[in-house]
Amino acid sequence: MRAGELTPEEVVGSVRDPELPALTLADLGVVRSVTVDAVGAVEVVLTPTYSGCPATEVIQVDVLNALMQAGYPQASVRFELFPAWTSDSLSAQGRRVLSELGIAPPVGPGRPAPLTISLKCPQCGSLRTRETSHFGSTACKSLWTCRACGEPFEHFKELR
Amino acid sequence: MTDALAATRSRLCDYALALGDDCLILSHRLSEWTGNAPDFEEDVALSNLALDLLGQARGLLTHAGELEGSGRSEDDLAYWRDDLQFRNLILVEQPKGDFAWTVTRNLLFSTYQELLYQELSQSAEPILAGIAAKGALEASYHCEHAALWTARLGDGTAESHQRMEQALMALWPLTGEMFELAPGQAELVSAGLAVDPSLVLEQWQLRVGEKLQDATLSIPRVPQRRCQGRLGFHSEHLGHLLAEMQHLHRSHPDASW
Repeated sequence: MRAGELTPEEVVGSVRDPELPALTLADLGVVRSVTVDAVGAVEVVLTPTYSGCPATEVIQVDVLNALMQAGYPQASVRFELFPAWTSDSLSAQGRRVLSELGIAPPVGPGRPAPLTISLKCPQCGSLRTRETSHFGSTACKSLWTCRACGEPFEHFKELR
Repeated sequence: MTDALAATRSRLCDYALALGDDCLILSHRLSEWTGNAPDFEEDVALSNLALDLLGQARGLLTHAGELEGSGRSEDDLAYWRDDLQFRNLILVEQPKGDFAWTVTRNLLFSTYQELLYQELSQSAEPILAGIAAKGALEASYHCEHAALWTARLGDGTAESHQRMEQALMALWPLTGEMFELAPGQAELVSAGLAVDPSLVLEQWQLRVGEKLQDATLSIPRVPQRRCQGRLGFHSEHLGHLLAEMQHLHRSHPDASW
């Protein structure tokens, strides 16, 4: 490998999530392992965020394309379900990006899921918010509305 | 492959198929609410529950195809079998009914599924164990959703309470089948590969009973009937569901998007 080239792990980690393209696979914490065998074939092990995630096939193709472009044409992607992904797998960078996108992020690992009374509005910062539905578009999201600025927003819930 | 190994694989295939068919058929019923739910938030929520079940179905049917060794894919199994070859519970193929009916069925089924998956996640069969470990988290989330609405409707207006009672009376008898061991599966249970569902019955009754009590409802005094969905004997509803679910794929077998 020449200096300045990306390692297979870096290539895989920088692939974007098709649903929230501001997040990378490394941010999401879905990359379980990236190994290279004696003949240079790359094996990538990923875990889905949830069983029915429609993005898994797109991610698989995107990872293979990214590896191909980075000079690793021999590659395979496999999904492992155990241990199951939780929102604790999100990186600190991932949490920051979510916040910038207007999605209130979950608390980090090791901290108890809060008994949420109100969340900080990612638009205006007000705490005068209310949950409009606990069950959002994916298991990890709930729907909220800010009473101060009137904007609806999503919260990336603690999912463990 | 020895005969014994082949027999085990064949039984495991039937087992994965039964669990996968439960997910596939209930997923389809829940997806019928997309665009029809009482409010926008429920449209989103029920569609997402349906998607979880579809994901579990894909894993289970793909694995059933591998165990069968005939090269049938998840799509072949979902779209090219007729009703007699489906192994799902009679409970999950019942029409979506009104919202109380859907909530009641979700409570009965997701509580069962969570308990079953928790046990199955200890299976000596690693693929089933992985699907179950992931699925248990999702089923627990579905239970939360069902419990929330059970409390709101049961302890709501006279009308919503009555509708919950009606749904319970009609659906409760269909739950007996959930706890019966299908033929040929005792061997899988003793080998630590599958779960004897009768072991979770007591816990299921306890949990469902608590949720109903919170909702000012109670377990109906009607017996759990014996049904034979696991043997391929279904109600008339499954054929209609399959006609809709399979039509596109059968009419355009090579269509992709």
